[in-house]
Amino acid sequence: MEAKPLLERLTQAHGVAGYEGDVRAVVREVLGPLVDEMRVDALGNVIAVKRGTGAEPRRRLLLAGHMDEIGMAVVAQREAMLQVTTIGGIDPRTVLGQEVVVHGKRRLRGILGSRPPHVVPLEARSKPVPIQELYVDTGLSAEAVRELVSVGDVVSIRGDFTELVGGAVASKAMDDRAGVAAVILAVDHLSRMEHSWDVVAVATTQEERGLLGATVAGYGVVPDAAIAVDVGFAKQQGVGDHESIALDGGPAIAWGANAHPVMARRLGEVAEAWEIPHQQEFIPGRSGTDAWALQVTRSGVPTAVVSIPLRYMHTVVELLTVRDLERTGRLLAAFAASLDEGTAQEMGLAKEVSA
Amino acid sequence: MIAESMHGLLQRLCDAMGVTSNEGAVREILREAVAEHCDELRTDALGNLICFKAANGEAKGDAWPRKVMLTGHMDEVGLMVTYLNEDGTLRILPEGGIDPRILVAKRVVIGENRVAGVIGARPIHLTKPDERERALGIDDLVIDIGAKDKAAAAMAVKPGDYCGFDTVFEVLDEGGLRTAKGKAFDDRLGCAVLAQLVQGSYPFDLYAVFTAQEEVWLRGATVAAKAILPDVAFALEGTICDDLPKDQDVSPVTELGKGPAITLMDQSFIADRRLVDHLVCTAESRGIPYQFKRAVAGGTDSGAMHLAGEGVPSVTVAAPARYIHGPVGMISLADYEAMVALMRAALETLQGGLTR
Repeated sequence: MEAKPLLERLTQAHGVAGYEGDVRAVVREVLGPLVDEMRVDALGNVIAVKRGTGAEPRRRLLLAGHMDEIGMAVVAQREAMLQVTTIGGIDPRTVLGQEVVVHGKRRLRGILGSRPPHVVPLEARSKPVPIQELYVDTGLSAEAVRELVSVGDVVSIRGDFTELVGGAVASKAMDDRAGVAAVILAVDHLSRMEHSWDVVAVATTQEERGLLGATVAGYGVVPDAAIAVDVGFAKQQGVGDHESIALDGGPAIAWGANAHPVMARRLGEVAEAWEIPHQQEFIPGRSGTDAWALQVTRSGVPTAVVSIPLRYMHTVVELLTVRDLERTGRLLAAFAASLDEGTAQEMGLAKEVSA
Repeated sequence: MIAESMHGLLQRLCDAMGVTSNEGAVREILREAVAEHCDELRTDALGNLICFKAANGEAKGDAWPRKVMLTGHMDEVGLMVTYLNEDGTLRILPEGGIDPRILVAKRVVIGENRVAGVIGARPIHLTKPDERERALGIDDLVIDIGAKDKAAAAMAVKPGDYCGFDTVFEVLDEGGLRTAKGKAFDDRLGCAVLAQLVQGSYPFDLYAVFTAQEEVWLRGATVAAKAILPDVAFALEGTICDDLPKDQDVSPVTELGKGPAITLMDQSFIADRRLVDHLVCTAESRGIPYQFKRAVAGGTDSGAMHLAGEGVPSVTVAAPARYIHGPVGMISLADYEAMVALMRAALETLQGGLTR
């Protein structure tokens, strides 16, 4: 499976937290033919099982990428304009002058308009425009807007899939459609590999609102081990070496509270064995990923965090390299295929496989 | 079908890149659009495209004016690459009046080969709340083209390359105000109107000038007006439209969908009252919607033209455009069509409509 077109399809689908339907449709279509069973749970998580070759009952590795993206919602209509609030972590400085899609009775294009410098006093330009002072302008009349849009309708921010030089690409929602893509690529690799554990690919919902999808998906899947596949802060202008990983340096394997040391070490060993460029990331405490929720599923799960290096996180120009995505898919597949009962014992899992 | 081609030209003009002093791509579109309708076509030293169309007959007696100049400016605000950083990102400076706050998290295209780039921002996770209270300035911003270092960047772009917004023209509403979104309505809209007017036939010599460098204080019009020394002049514009709901009762400058705006005064000139009155009379008698521009804001080519030679009576007519000087603006196609209608009628009755 080709990584770039998959990533483009996934990122260009709209799926603000809680409204992941379009993304879910793409995931189901792409993942369906690759797996043995697939279901959607009550919170909208896609749960797809690729069975291993081990004797039943088999152990299960959960691979999670989250489908949701940050966005906005309509809070009021004023004349023909819509006022909005944010869903997820949005820096208001990044939304002025963006194009949006208003998910009303039908989809409406809109603009988060920027007042021209001619009418904005110079001193005002040193302050960001707060979200409360922004309007979405659909270009429609007040009556048409009233007819088509309600308070509470979701607004997604447009960000085209742009190919840059050197295999870099930029788009909205790379966080975390890149993670979803990496999980799908891993499952695709596994269809040509032998693996003894079941691999459960999960595309989670509502991560940006507090890891909510993963919380229940973990409960439903009952994994023996889980990996959250998310994006990590790549080195960029204004971000120091100490707080970032290298763009195009391969997936970053996290060490810290949400990373079981056996999982982290094994991921590194597998990457070495398969000659997959990789790096390490140090995240004490809360990782801010689905691993935080998955780790405390039921009576506890060994987890790991694998991050795809990404610049400009939570903007519509999120940038990564396709190579890093491909490497992440390969690493996840190689790791899954490497699991056996010995690994399970090493991770401290009881001899009995969970029912 | 005529209406369709009008919109097609506007779309092509808006989607073309023509940052101030790099108007070549826009000039070529216009040259092609007007060539068959004019008697002489030339490009001057500053890059103005000057299109001459002789009067459609012998001038009668003291008929006046005999030489009319109209401008639409080809240039748009944008950026210039000034330096390649060691990490492969590009330093930029604005070309024309840009509020740097609108540059954050945008797509741009760079140079003749339209290399794609993005202007990023620090992840919200790594910024402190007080930092988010400070607007990002031009020194905080770089373009990222994906190059891994300076050498890789130099393969694709170079200092001095111009950058514009990567925004596409689209009609938003087929009914209502018939809105469309796109970039550079200031002033491809004026260019599009002027290209329509060139198709007409007039009893005076017409100089349709597609000007360069308006956004850096009317440089193109300054030299074109001195070369032509017209009797009267019109600047055709896409102008400020700040008609969003506001808590304070302040001027919207212009309002979308209420017709072309006649300028009485802006920061660059005071309009000739005879021309204003002629436009108002024309609009009233033909039932064409119009409005006045209700703020002394911005400058237009009239500011240069009215000072040419011993002085030229000048006026600016502009269609409202929301969010000008930003990545994406909005106009009403009805305003655009009304502006063509108003200008066509005003020119047809100009001789005899003005007192000398």
